[in-house]
Amino acid sequence: MNSLLKTMLEQVSDLHDVPIGAYNIRNNGKSEGRNSTANIQIQSKTDKPGIDIIVKPGTKNESVHIPAIITEAGLHDLVYNDFYIGENADVVIIAGCGVHNCGDQTSMHEGIHRFFVGKNARIRYVEKHIGEGDGSGKRIINPQTHIEAEEDSYVEMETVQLKGVDSTKRVSSAKLAKGATLVISEKIMTHGNQLAETSFSVDLNGEGSSANLVSRSVAKDTSKQVFRSVINGNASCYGHSECDAIIMDEGVVAAIPEITANNVDATLIHEAAIGKIAGEQLTKLMTLGLTEKQAEEQIVNGFLK
Amino acid sequence: MLELKNICFSVPGEKDILKNINLTIDNSKFVVITGPNGGGKSTLARIIAGIQKPTSGQIFLDGQDITELGITERANAGISFAFQQPVRFKGVTVKDLITLASGKELSVSAACDYLSEVGLCARDYIDREVNGSLSGGELKRIEIATVLARKTKLSIFDEPEAGIDLWSFKNLIDVFEKMHQEIDGSIVIISHQERILNIADQIIVIADGEISKVGSKDTILPSILNSSTECKYFKEGLQ
Repeated sequence: MNSLLKTMLEQVSDLHDVPIGAYNIRNNGKSEGRNSTANIQIQSKTDKPGIDIIVKPGTKNESVHIPAIITEAGLHDLVYNDFYIGENADVVIIAGCGVHNCGDQTSMHEGIHRFFVGKNARIRYVEKHIGEGDGSGKRIINPQTHIEAEEDSYVEMETVQLKGVDSTKRVSSAKLAKGATLVISEKIMTHGNQLAETSFSVDLNGEGSSANLVSRSVAKDTSKQVFRSVINGNASCYGHSECDAIIMDEGVVAAIPEITANNVDATLIHEAAIGKIAGEQLTKLMTLGLTEKQAEEQIVNGFLK
Repeated sequence: MLELKNICFSVPGEKDILKNINLTIDNSKFVVITGPNGGGKSTLARIIAGIQKPTSGQIFLDGQDITELGITERANAGISFAFQQPVRFKGVTVKDLITLASGKELSVSAACDYLSEVGLCARDYIDREVNGSLSGGELKRIEIATVLARKTKLSIFDEPEAGIDLWSFKNLIDVFEKMHQEIDGSIVIISHQERILNIADQIIVIADGEISKVGSKDTILPSILNSSTECKYFKEGLQ
């Protein structure tokens, strides 16, 4: 493993070396290392780029790391990863993508992930996206996450993008069966003239299903963000989406919620708040001895923590 | 020593909020500012902390003219201010805020000590966010704890008793008395509470933008309590 790959891995997935358990490290479109375990099988797809990750029913307390790194300028990496999570399994999946671009051509990663989560299974899916390098070429990351959650399953997704990605379109969709739960937490910070678009679409199909989508974001400089969330309540269910954004400089944030109750017992809520940092927050921290700039950093860091 | 010289504050088109305030607060003194609502007490406190600029007049801290200094510079010069309405922050924890206030890395147990002093069971609070999930009384005590952690030569509290339940009131008095003994700095409290007035070295009554009375509690307190109009304000303060 070269040192650039190592640093990028550390940043996207907190890995200091090859991980324990099942993993697949994708570097510039090729597999840099892979390990399956007795319970978690990772195999290459035969019809298109990407892998199938198959978690045996009942697998507990195991993890899967599937980081993807791009360090070549001009590379367009497209990958399809499918996760089959067996009934009653309980696993953590750490994805994450880093694009290091020192050249003048656009580097792009498009990761299309599908999750088939079996009855009563639990997953925690973590993805972190960063862009680096001082080239003029763009760093683009477009992730897609499509989830089918069977009865009484629990899916938690944490997605973070804090710097360096010039453009991102994040598309997530989920279909939830009876008693299934989905929790998504998204943290985004954009700067320069970056663009980030997020789109959630959730169908609450089963009785007692629930979804909670929470997005916190900060748009600095002249960056733009769009947050779309669609929740369809098709049964007795609970859906909540929340978009909380701080705008700074000339940043622009749009929140476009859509909630549709197709069942009289569906309870759906959307909350959105966009605004600059409250003056009294800055004042309070300044009375503790911080400069205005330090106060601003403290507030933004806390907000995205 | 804090000195205010000819401090005036007015908002264009409205009445004068402060009219020619002259005031000296000696080192290590425990001073309570009281008086009717709308009389200009909070404005005066905010002017001392640098949050508002006076229309005219000068402010000296230990002989140094701090009139033109901003909030941060005054904080670093040794002025602390506890807000009447504590500010909420999404994502900033109680520990973060107390650590920032103390100006140095704090161990969990050191941060907890400040919370315990204001009557909060520290372990339950230290990792909580200073947001709307905390009640008004809890936020108020955390606000007081941030000032305790700063240990500055001048600490100003704007109506610290508001939102604190009666059971905790004794504890609040103890906090101020202990602080007065330990930090060897001046404490200025804006309050309507007789029990807080009772522990003051000096009481200043501000009404209609002017200082109407200054003196020790023995000379001022009886006159306030015997004055029927001002008594009315104290009852309001207790509600």
